[in-house]
Amino acid sequence: MYQHIAPRIENVSRRAVLRGLGITAGLVLAAPVMSRRSIAAYATGAGNMPHGTVNDPRVFVAIAPDGIVTIIAHRAEMGTGVRTSLPMIVADEMDADWDRVRVRQAPGDEVKYGNQDTDGSRSTRHYLMPMRQIGAAARMMLEAAAATRWNVPVSEVKAVNHEVVHTGTGRKLGYGELAIDAAKQPVAAVADLRLKDPKDFRYIGKGRVSIVDLHDITTGKAMYGSDTRLPGLKYAVIARPPVVGGKLVSFDAEGALKVSGVEKVIEVQGWPWPSKFQPLGGVAVIARNTGAAIMGREALKIVWDDGPNANYDSVSYRAELEDAARKPGLVVRNNGDPEAALKSADKVVVGEYYIPHLAHVSMESPVATARVTGDKAEVWAPVQSAGGTREDVAKTLGIPIENVTINVTLLGGGFGRKSKCDFALEAVLISKAIGAPVKVQWTREDDIRHDFAHTVSVERIEAGLDKSGKVIAWRHRSVAPTIGSTFSAGATHELPFERGMGLVDLPFDIPNIRCENPEATAHTRIGWFRAVSNIPHAFAIQTMVAEIAQQTGRDPKEMLLELIGPARIVDVASSVKEPWNYGEPLDSYPIDAGRLRRVVELVAEKGNWGRSVPKGHGLGIAAHRSFVSYIATIVEVAVDDKGKLTIPRVDTAIDCGTFVNPERIQSQIEGAAIMGLSLAKYGELTFKNGRAVQGNFDDFPLVRIDEAPLVTNVYIVPAGPDVPPSGVGEPGVPPFAPALCNAIFAATGKRIRSLPIGKQLEGA
Amino acid sequence: MRSFIIGKGRRDMIKLTINGQEQSWDGDPSLSLLWYLRDEVGLTGTKFGCGEALCGACTVHVEGQAARACITAMSDVAGQNIVTIEGLDPNGDHPVQKAWRETNVPQCGYCQTGQIMQAAALLKENPHPSDDEIRDTMSGNICRCGCYQRIQAAIRLAATGA
Repeated sequence: MYQHIAPRIENVSRRAVLRGLGITAGLVLAAPVMSRRSIAAYATGAGNMPHGTVNDPRVFVAIAPDGIVTIIAHRAEMGTGVRTSLPMIVADEMDADWDRVRVRQAPGDEVKYGNQDTDGSRSTRHYLMPMRQIGAAARMMLEAAAATRWNVPVSEVKAVNHEVVHTGTGRKLGYGELAIDAAKQPVAAVADLRLKDPKDFRYIGKGRVSIVDLHDITTGKAMYGSDTRLPGLKYAVIARPPVVGGKLVSFDAEGALKVSGVEKVIEVQGWPWPSKFQPLGGVAVIARNTGAAIMGREALKIVWDDGPNANYDSVSYRAELEDAARKPGLVVRNNGDPEAALKSADKVVVGEYYIPHLAHVSMESPVATARVTGDKAEVWAPVQSAGGTREDVAKTLGIPIENVTINVTLLGGGFGRKSKCDFALEAVLISKAIGAPVKVQWTREDDIRHDFAHTVSVERIEAGLDKSGKVIAWRHRSVAPTIGSTFSAGATHELPFERGMGLVDLPFDIPNIRCENPEATAHTRIGWFRAVSNIPHAFAIQTMVAEIAQQTGRDPKEMLLELIGPARIVDVASSVKEPWNYGEPLDSYPIDAGRLRRVVELVAEKGNWGRSVPKGHGLGIAAHRSFVSYIATIVEVAVDDKGKLTIPRVDTAIDCGTFVNPERIQSQIEGAAIMGLSLAKYGELTFKNGRAVQGNFDDFPLVRIDEAPLVTNVYIVPAGPDVPPSGVGEPGVPPFAPALCNAIFAATGKRIRSLPIGKQLEGA
Repeated sequence: MRSFIIGKGRRDMIKLTINGQEQSWDGDPSLSLLWYLRDEVGLTGTKFGCGEALCGACTVHVEGQAARACITAMSDVAGQNIVTIEGLDPNGDHPVQKAWRETNVPQCGYCQTGQIMQAAALLKENPHPSDDEIRDTMSGNICRCGCYQRIQAAIRLAATGA
């Protein structure tokens, strides 16, 4: 039932774009114009992103005389399907036939293409409307060209499936035949664009199009960052300081240089911590192949200065966080008088939750290839932030940004790790030093031990109940080292965007609410991990809801709905210090308790909440708003007498507004359940003597197929075309772990308050 | 830790067949087949994931059996017949590959060549595996995106030809 186009990934080098400008072959509708800024029909935060959005068809669409339509994908493909979904929007609006569409990946160039930071579950939300505008403008140019050719009013012609038809006479002209003339037509102003009626969409919202890279992925032809090959390419691995903030003292390369295939050993510049995404530095082994470089590295003798974080120890750090969570901290939200309400409460339910550091471990560990010649640099890399990478390469090498080309490959997973371009910076530094193109490959140990780790946190919630069992007070203290510490020394409070991820935007109908954020000092690099601070915040809050239900003898779903309260727009702006709404305006993307209720009710209905399950099984539920989407999950778990978990069934309902590619939404939610299960069961990156303890899949395990849920059902709320699109890539993760742990409680009576579950169920 | 002493006399040329083509290697015999395939031959469909045979991203067929290229030394495959994802089917239409596309298995896709090679070896050995046999055999292959349900469905589809 799914169509396949002949897929290929082509990186548009700047030269290739110039070749494609139609001077010879007539590839038109691609012109060297100043990019047109887009205006969306509903407000989003897209304009506040660096370089905003661009909606110029001449930048994104090219039509060849043979009718092949090439559409630019300017966001990074890491598995969400964005390389298919965004071009598909353009194709639908311009009435192109998807079988005659080819997708080309844009290089890093935000002035031309608009913002390219592929993170924050933003691509569809920020680009649905600009992509529609691009497609509509291209269609209108083709229609105008046909009308001119036939000398008829444009009102008499209509684009239909890759052709323009004259309605009166039935004459037809293919897009290829019209391409050169269409390029000469003016681009309509946004206000004059005729967008399709959503009921006429052929691809948007249908889920009938497979990802463009599907064939190449299944045949080994898909090009990831690790697959770049260049003439004269050298291969490098780097020994990095084992402690963040440490530095190289001295090294002995003699043994490494004796390894067959090793050619050079050099020092790599490191930057003092914190330095945003600048490399850690260390010693690079350069060889004729990666295997030789790895063997050479094993033979290096290095003396490190471990620096100020040499005593970082996850066991004692946890105690510090717990201590901080038991004392008042910076008030970041206050409604009413929670202190007094807690004092007068009939009962106070207290929960303290721990969620450790996590490593991203994308299957493709960080890798980048660079060729630096003179004051020019070309990079091939799996980066989520092509534009930012370009800026950072230019700054690191001290060359003009125009001299930097970032070719974006497919990403073998990203999850936020590849938003940080340190590996690309390492590659340009080494290429410059050795005067040859080089590929820097991170091993799995490098990846886990030198990650920008997900934060570690203690979340303490105290809920005060009146005599009737109604929750009248809620105090949530969140203590976690901040991503801000990767940017500036001494940052000890969660940033507004971290607090805004599920802490202060709590949509509960409770009269007295206080959120506090005591200080935490970072001792390693902290970075974004898929869903970011929503993971600990949702785990704590959604477990607490079930704990209150337990203590008051109520059904957890009913308890959740009672706390969410009636359908309404929740105003948190007046009570929150520096509120943050995923960068989106509240008028388009309010905190809508009604939508959160609806996903709970939908998943409860479809997932048959309350069904009787066999002995040893349990059901758990959790709901969370993140990335301006609403999601609720029910997990059925079975726990055997040895504490082994199986997941017979997962049900998830998501309301992500109007949507583009439901088949990929489903795959994202299926995958989020696996990632949620991995972090719940196993996820723990610990430090001892400043060093990451884990290094590979033996001590940082991930869920495998024999542990995966047997069934994951996904229900997408048909929100309709008027509801602005919202995030999909990340929101599936946060509710999974609390739903699972609530299910474990239902199955066993054992409450999991500390992740990972690990061996906690043995003997339970 | 592997070690290899160079410069001690003449090294034997290692000959092997990859996707039907004869290849030879006169470099370090302890080099893993993975990096030989990827960096020396340019067959990049076989992926690096862990280097310790923990994830299956580098799965190839050695004499028809699934093997992890990352822990297979070149000296271990002298004279042997290797098939990589590029050689699984001349048109990329092995039943497993077709089933993978029919089921829209991949997300990022990086681990999928290893998954497909493992699945193809499974079906060669056991044309009609049970669900448990599928899960058991495929449990050596990690997918961080979490495509497991679809992997299982695709193998079922390839086995039944439906």
